[in-house]
Amino acid sequence: MDVSVKNLKTTGETALAALFAPSGAAASKALRQRAFDLFQTMGLPSRRLESWHYTDLKRMLANVAPRAATSAAANVDAEAGACVIRFVDGHCIGHSALPKGVTLRGLSDVLAQGDADTLGALYASVGSEDPVVALNAALADDGVVIDVAAGVTLDAAIILDFVSSDATARSEFMRCLVRVGAGAKLTLVERHVSAQASAQRHLALAVSVGAHASVSHVFEGVADLDVLLASLLVDVAAQGNFQSFALVSGGRLTRRQIWVRAGQATQVGLRGVSLLRGEQHADTTLVIDHVEPNSESRELFKHILDGSATGVFQGKVVVQPNAQKTDGGMKSHALILSDDATMDNKPELEIYADDVVCGHGATVAQLDDDQLFYLMSRGIPKTQAQAMLIEAFALSAVDFVEDEVQREQVMTFVRDWMMARGA
Amino acid sequence: MAAVHETVETVKSVDVDAYKYGFVTDIESEKAPKGLDESTVRYISAKKNEPEWMLEWRLDAFRRWKTMTEPDWSRVHYPKIDYQDLYYYSAPKKMGDGPMTIDDVDPELLRTYEKLGIPLREQEILAGVTTSRVAVDAVFDSVSVATTFKAELNKAGVIFCPISEAVHSHPELVKKYLGSVVPVTDNYFATLNSAVFSDGSFVYVPPGVRCPMELSTYFRINEQNTGQFERTLIIADKGAYVSYLEGCTAPKRDENQLHAAVVELVAHDDAEIKYSTVQNWYPGDSEGRGGIYNFVTKRGDCRGARSKISWTQVETGSAITWKYPSCILRGESSRGEFYSIAISNGRQQVDSGTKMLHLGKNTTSRIISKGIAAGRSDNTYRGQVFAHRKATGARNFTNCDSLLIGNRCGAHTVPYIEARNASSTFEHEATTSKISEDQLFYCMQRGLSAEEATALIVNGFVRDVLQQLPMEFAVEAQKLIAISLEGSVG
Repeated sequence: MDVSVKNLKTTGETALAALFAPSGAAASKALRQRAFDLFQTMGLPSRRLESWHYTDLKRMLANVAPRAATSAAANVDAEAGACVIRFVDGHCIGHSALPKGVTLRGLSDVLAQGDADTLGALYASVGSEDPVVALNAALADDGVVIDVAAGVTLDAAIILDFVSSDATARSEFMRCLVRVGAGAKLTLVERHVSAQASAQRHLALAVSVGAHASVSHVFEGVADLDVLLASLLVDVAAQGNFQSFALVSGGRLTRRQIWVRAGQATQVGLRGVSLLRGEQHADTTLVIDHVEPNSESRELFKHILDGSATGVFQGKVVVQPNAQKTDGGMKSHALILSDDATMDNKPELEIYADDVVCGHGATVAQLDDDQLFYLMSRGIPKTQAQAMLIEAFALSAVDFVEDEVQREQVMTFVRDWMMARGA
Repeated sequence: MAAVHETVETVKSVDVDAYKYGFVTDIESEKAPKGLDESTVRYISAKKNEPEWMLEWRLDAFRRWKTMTEPDWSRVHYPKIDYQDLYYYSAPKKMGDGPMTIDDVDPELLRTYEKLGIPLREQEILAGVTTSRVAVDAVFDSVSVATTFKAELNKAGVIFCPISEAVHSHPELVKKYLGSVVPVTDNYFATLNSAVFSDGSFVYVPPGVRCPMELSTYFRINEQNTGQFERTLIIADKGAYVSYLEGCTAPKRDENQLHAAVVELVAHDDAEIKYSTVQNWYPGDSEGRGGIYNFVTKRGDCRGARSKISWTQVETGSAITWKYPSCILRGESSRGEFYSIAISNGRQQVDSGTKMLHLGKNTTSRIISKGIAAGRSDNTYRGQVFAHRKATGARNFTNCDSLLIGNRCGAHTVPYIEARNASSTFEHEATTSKISEDQLFYCMQRGLSAEEATALIVNGFVRDVLQQLPMEFAVEAQKLIAISLEGSVG
C-alpha cells in the first residue's frame, strides 16, 4: 500500500481538524494537543478499525456542521426534585439548585486551573485511545465537572439535559466528568430528547465511581439528531456498583461506546433497548475490563429493528490474568421486523484468568408465529398482538431501571413507538 | 472407564516433550533454489510437467501476491516471515517421473509412513487388524509418494489421485473447479499457495456414487527450511457422498516452518462431503522454539440444492494456527456443519473458527467449537455467521465453549453474527470456564487421580465433536487430546 494514500484526509476530517483551538493552562493544552495528534494520526474511524467494524464513521460523517456559537445563560428549573443541568446547542446554560454534597465546575474553569487530578480523570480515562474519544478531548470546549461528596446519598437524580434550540445543523463538543465519592449513591440521567434537531453531537462522559459507591446511569437517546457520538468512560473502584440502562431510538446515526474498568469485587450492569426504524443506524460498542478479582458484570441488550434500520452490538468482556473469580455474562437479542433491516452482533470474550465463569449469548430472530397465533386466537388483533410481544421482549431489559420515574418514562416511550408502528 | 484408563496410560507413556512424530527421515532431496521469484514458480511448474495454462495460472497468482500485504488482524504474534529464506519445493531424490507402483517407492519412505502408523502397501492394510479400509494419498514435503486403492476406487468411478496427476489426466475438471471456491485473490496465503502449490489430493465422485471407502491424505513435512503448500480439491457431483480424512505431522526442528494450504470442496445437488482433519504438526518446544506456522484456507461451496458439507477438526499441533474452514451455503436448503476441538499448550497460538455464509433460502448451519487452552498458550475462536438478504429462513446454531487449564493461558471468543433479513434465526452461545472443582472433587473422591479426573472431564467436554469423527480417527484423536494436555494438570 502506498503510504501517501493513507494520509489523504476526508473533507470531514479536514473540517474537524480545523476546529482545533485549545485554550487554558499549559497542562490542559498539552493533554488536548496529545489527543489531537492521536486523532490526526488515526483519522475518523472506518471499518478497518476493528472496534468500528460495523459503523463507517469516515463515510457517515462526511459533512461536518459548523461549530455552535455560545448560548445565553438562563434559569433552569428542577424536575420533580431532580437537579437539571442544561446544555443548549452544546453549551451549558445553567442548572437548578444543586443538592447538598454536590459541587459543580464548568469545563473552561477546570481547563484554566489545570489541576492534575481532574485533568487526569477527564483526559486519561479508559477508552482514550479511541479516535472519537480523542477527537472529543481535543475539541470539547464546554462541559461540567461534578463532584459528589463521599457518603452522600442523593434521593433524586441529576439530569444532564442536552437540548437543541432549533433544527439548524451544528456541531457540538462536550466533555463531562462525574466523580462519585466513596460510599455515595447517585442516579445520573443523560438525556437527549429534542425532536426535529439536526445537530452533530460529540459527547464524552467520564464517571468515576468511588469505593463502595453506587451509580445508576440512564441514557435516553431519542432526540432526532443527525449524529450522536456518546462515549461513556467509567472507572469503578473496589466494591463499587455501576449500573447503566440505555434507550436508543432517534437520530440518523447513534454510536454509544462504553468502557468500564472494573476494580475488585465490583458490580457492573449495562443494559439497553434500541428501537430503530427508517434509515436509522445505532451502534452500541462496549468493553468491560476486569482488572481485579471477584467482580461481576452483566450486559443485556435488546434491538428491535424495523424499516431498513441497522442495529450493531459489539461487546467485549476482558478478564485480566489477575481477575480471578470473575463472573461475566453478556446477552444480545435482536428482533427483526422487516426484511430490509440489518443486525450485526459481535460479542467477544478475552480471558486470561482460569478461575472464571464467563459466557455470552446472542440471538437474532423474528416474532414467534406460535406466540402470535396464540394471542390472535384469543381475539387480539394482529398489530396489537405484535405490540404486546415486542413490549414483553423489551421489558426484561427495562425492568432493570431502578429509578421508578425513569423506568415509567422508558416504558411509555416503548409503547408509543409501537403504536406509531401499528398505525 | 476403559477409555479413560487408556487415555491416562497414553499420557504416562510419553515423555515431557510429548511430540512423538518428531523424527527426521534421512533421505536425499531435490530442492528448488532458495527464495521466491517467477523462476521458482516456473521451476515447480516444470517439475510437475505442467501444461501452459497451469503455469499461467500460477504466474498470475504470483504477480498478484507480490502486491498483497500479510494480514495482521488475527490474534497471533510471530516474527516476520522471510519469504526469500525458504525452499518452496523439495522432493525425495529417488522419485522417478510419472506414475509408479508401490515397489518403486524408496523403502526409507515406506518405513517413515509405517512409523507414523500409515501402511501404504495394500496387502498390508488388508492383512492388518483394521476392519475398515482407508485409501491413502501420502504427501511427503512437496510430492505425493503413493496413493493406495486407486484401482478399486476407479471401479466405482471415483477419481482419487495427486492433484499434479489430475492436471494431466483430468484437465477439464481441474480447469473448471480449481480456484472456483477459493479464488486466486482470496487472501495473502491462498494467493501464495496458488503460485507455488506443489501437491495435494484431487477427488471427484461422480453423480449418485457413494464412495466405497474413506479417503485420506497424510501430509508430512520432512526437509529443513521448507514450506509445504498443498492443494486439495474435492468435488462431489449430484447425489454423491464422500468422507475424507486428513492427517499431518512434521519433525522437531528449532526453526519455524511454513505450511500454507488451500482446500476447496464443491458439493452439487444432494451431495455430501465430510471432511475431517487431525492436525498434529510439530507445535514447538515448551519455550516456543520451532514449530509449524499453519496458515490454511479451507472452504466448501454447497453449490447445489440440499447439499451438505461438514468440517470436523481436531487441532493439537502447530506453533501458530490460522485456519477458518468455511461453508458457502449457496444451494437452497443446503447445510453446513463445523465441529472443532482446538487444544493449545506450551506457547502455541491458535486463531481458528469458521464462516457460515447463508446465501440460499432455508439454509442451515451448526457450529460446535471446543477450545482448550493450557500452559502459556492463546486459543481464539473467530467465526462469522452471515445471512444474505435473500437467504430467507436461514438458521444457525453456534456453541463455542472454552476451557482454561492454568492461569497463564488465554481463551478468546470473537464471533461475528450478521443478519440481513427478518426470517433468519441465529442462536449463539459461548462459555468460558475452568474445570470445576466440584467435578474434580467428585471424580477424585471415587478414587481417580487428579490427572485421570482431568482426562475424564476433558473427554466429556469435547465428546460432541469427537462423535463426529470417523471411527479410525476418533480413537487417535482421543489419544492426542490426552497427550496435548500432558503436564498441564496440577
